[in-house]
Amino acid sequence: MLKQIGAITALNIKSIPERWASSLVIVVGLAGVVAVFTALLAMRSGFESTLKASGRADEVMVMRGGSDSEINSAFDRDSSDIIEQAPGIRLDADGKRLASAELMVIAELARKDDVKNGANITLRGVEPAGFALRPQLKIIEGRNFTPGLRELIVGRGVTRQFQGAEPGKHVRMRGSDWTVVGVFQSGDAYESELWADLNVARTTFSRTGSSSVLAAIDGADGLAKLKQNLSADPRLSVDVISQQDYFSGQTRQFRQTIGVLAGVVTAIMALGAIFAALNSMYAAVATRSKEIATLRAIGFGGLPVLVSVMIESLLLALFGGSMGALIAYVLFNNLSVATLGQNFTQVVFNFQVTPALVVRGLVISLIIGMVGGFLPAIRAARLPVVDSLRAA
Amino acid sequence: MTRTGFVVANLFRKKTRTVLTVLSVIMAFLLFGLLQALSHVFSAGAEFVGATRLVTTARISFTQPLDLSMQPKLEAIPGVARVTNSQWFGGVWQTNTPIFVFAVDPSSYHDVYPEWVMPEEQWKVFANTRTAMVAGKMVADQYGWKVGQKIPISSNIYPQKDGSKAWAFDLVGIYDGKDEAWKKQTTQVFINHDYFDEANQFGKGRTNFFVLKLAPDANPEAISKTVDAMFENSPDETKTQTEKEFNLSFVKQFGDIGLIVRWILFAVFFTLLLVVGNTMAQSVRERVPELAVLKTLGYSDGSVLGFVLAEAVALCLIGGLTGLALATVLGGMVEKATGGQFQLPVDAFVWSIGLATIVLMSMAVGLLPALRAQRLKIVDALARR
Repeated sequence: MLKQIGAITALNIKSIPERWASSLVIVVGLAGVVAVFTALLAMRSGFESTLKASGRADEVMVMRGGSDSEINSAFDRDSSDIIEQAPGIRLDADGKRLASAELMVIAELARKDDVKNGANITLRGVEPAGFALRPQLKIIEGRNFTPGLRELIVGRGVTRQFQGAEPGKHVRMRGSDWTVVGVFQSGDAYESELWADLNVARTTFSRTGSSSVLAAIDGADGLAKLKQNLSADPRLSVDVISQQDYFSGQTRQFRQTIGVLAGVVTAIMALGAIFAALNSMYAAVATRSKEIATLRAIGFGGLPVLVSVMIESLLLALFGGSMGALIAYVLFNNLSVATLGQNFTQVVFNFQVTPALVVRGLVISLIIGMVGGFLPAIRAARLPVVDSLRAA
Repeated sequence: MTRTGFVVANLFRKKTRTVLTVLSVIMAFLLFGLLQALSHVFSAGAEFVGATRLVTTARISFTQPLDLSMQPKLEAIPGVARVTNSQWFGGVWQTNTPIFVFAVDPSSYHDVYPEWVMPEEQWKVFANTRTAMVAGKMVADQYGWKVGQKIPISSNIYPQKDGSKAWAFDLVGIYDGKDEAWKKQTTQVFINHDYFDEANQFGKGRTNFFVLKLAPDANPEAISKTVDAMFENSPDETKTQTEKEFNLSFVKQFGDIGLIVRWILFAVFFTLLLVVGNTMAQSVRERVPELAVLKTLGYSDGSVLGFVLAEAVALCLIGGLTGLALATVLGGMVEKATGGQFQLPVDAFVWSIGLATIVLMSMAVGLLPALRAQRLKIVDALARR
């Protein structure tokens, strides 16, 4: 039996070059489905991992109660002072509190590919501790801003996607000129931001307070302690969440949107590909009906014929799927794009074609190959031997 | 047998093949319809804009508030007929559903946006009741709001004086759009700016947008330059755009949706071309002797070409039209299911692109096999050479 399957399958596969056009339909069809599926989800995983990298479990974001995202939150200076002095915050080696009050405002820069319409960029005013709290952040070009001066450092993602953000250039905001003095790298969402000194940002944007406080927590019970202390304080109404939870919450909407889009598009394309595969495999069976009938006449069983057709369809599908994943990888992996995040500002991220995505794409292509091969395989196994031999 | 009958009979001689091919064409055009509608929404979401209006925002970003004291200066510019303002409230319905709530000045807003239709006395009540709000018909229907109810809405930005972010407003009117296009945009809620300004904890006398209604003969470009020049080098530098440009730049923030859609459609149609093209080539190959017989009977080369081409056109047309029709139905269902929050209008625009694609597509897949049929030499074909 296995021998028979092997023999017929080999026969089928060797004859593919003679029927390449209709086999190509399956391959290209599945390459299309898998490429689109992988590319869409690569976008999602890139966005997710960028934001996930930004969040640490041992640091917390304190925002005004019910704000959801930083842009909606605001404190006056007294509140942020109280928060920064609260117990539960870790001290650094010099005994200073690891907490940074930060002001987030939105500035506008032009995209490199679209001069006319500006895109919202986060401008973050930070205290010196802001750097200690983000050890992953490194200046890779130029220098850091000087406190008190209208100087900016820009994330690597910003220089990649937007105009006028290279060192030495000037950015105009609220009637004043800012000099870009450096570029930083952090491998996460902060790379999509402009950074400046907190107090200078406050003056320029006529704000007296800040948007949030980022703080390192002291020990395992630090979060609970800080939460308890701040919520007990009648002067404050704040939400305290770990930085990790904050950033993972920020991806929810994007995850859902892309998930729905990828699901709908893949489902429709997959249906189309199944019809195309059915068509090709029926044609493949039809052109070989004489051979199949001959095999049956000399004693080959129906099951080996069925299995061999299935194997052919699965192999073509797998090949097509791999081509699709490869196309997605070559065209899209590490492609840098920007979209609107929850703060209503641009988040720059790279597409990520991960092994897990490729596997999922291949599984989809195998399922399509299986469905597309099954009916034709049954027809092949049931071919009436005598009629087929007589025909044509 | 008529010529049409001949084409139809040929299509149905291999039923499975025809049906499967048509089904894949249907799927392709279903996707085409939905994605075109999506990309249309993102590229031209501004088309419903009626009268000429300019939108003035802070130059740095429209999220940065502007001072209300700018309004009289804007009103004084020649060619500006009326100015209103509107401020983003960050509205949240129940626990987590964001809604579009703007704090506006009721009477000037009514003048600048005549497209929103509501009985005049309700506009008056809105202007005279501090805690009033009016809601678009779509949003009111979605959440089952009735005039006279007190509607609790929280803000994720602005606390009241007592620190609470839970606000509540009296629904005094439900507005609708003046025509179909505007009716579909009635997803916004308006509250009274005076009340908001008084009750909110910080930031007095600020707004996000000034909307300028122009006199009929005014030059929008010149006025937008005048406005921006007026506030240059002040902390409140402005950016003034036509309403259409403003909506477009807003939508563009999401990134290039059109680009993603184009890539997907490219993949879909490349595949489809191959599927249908292969089917056509196959069916012509199988029928070479028959075509030769037709020519022997006296059918011209041209009519044989016509037969084959007609088959391709029929395949694409049946599949394409069915696919587009399905997309229209599905788009409508999505709109219903989301209460109009998410619209996928497979409209005349999408249909016209779709029809053009069907024509191109049938030429692309039909022409080669048809030319092959046309060029057949009777003797060779009959001898199966």
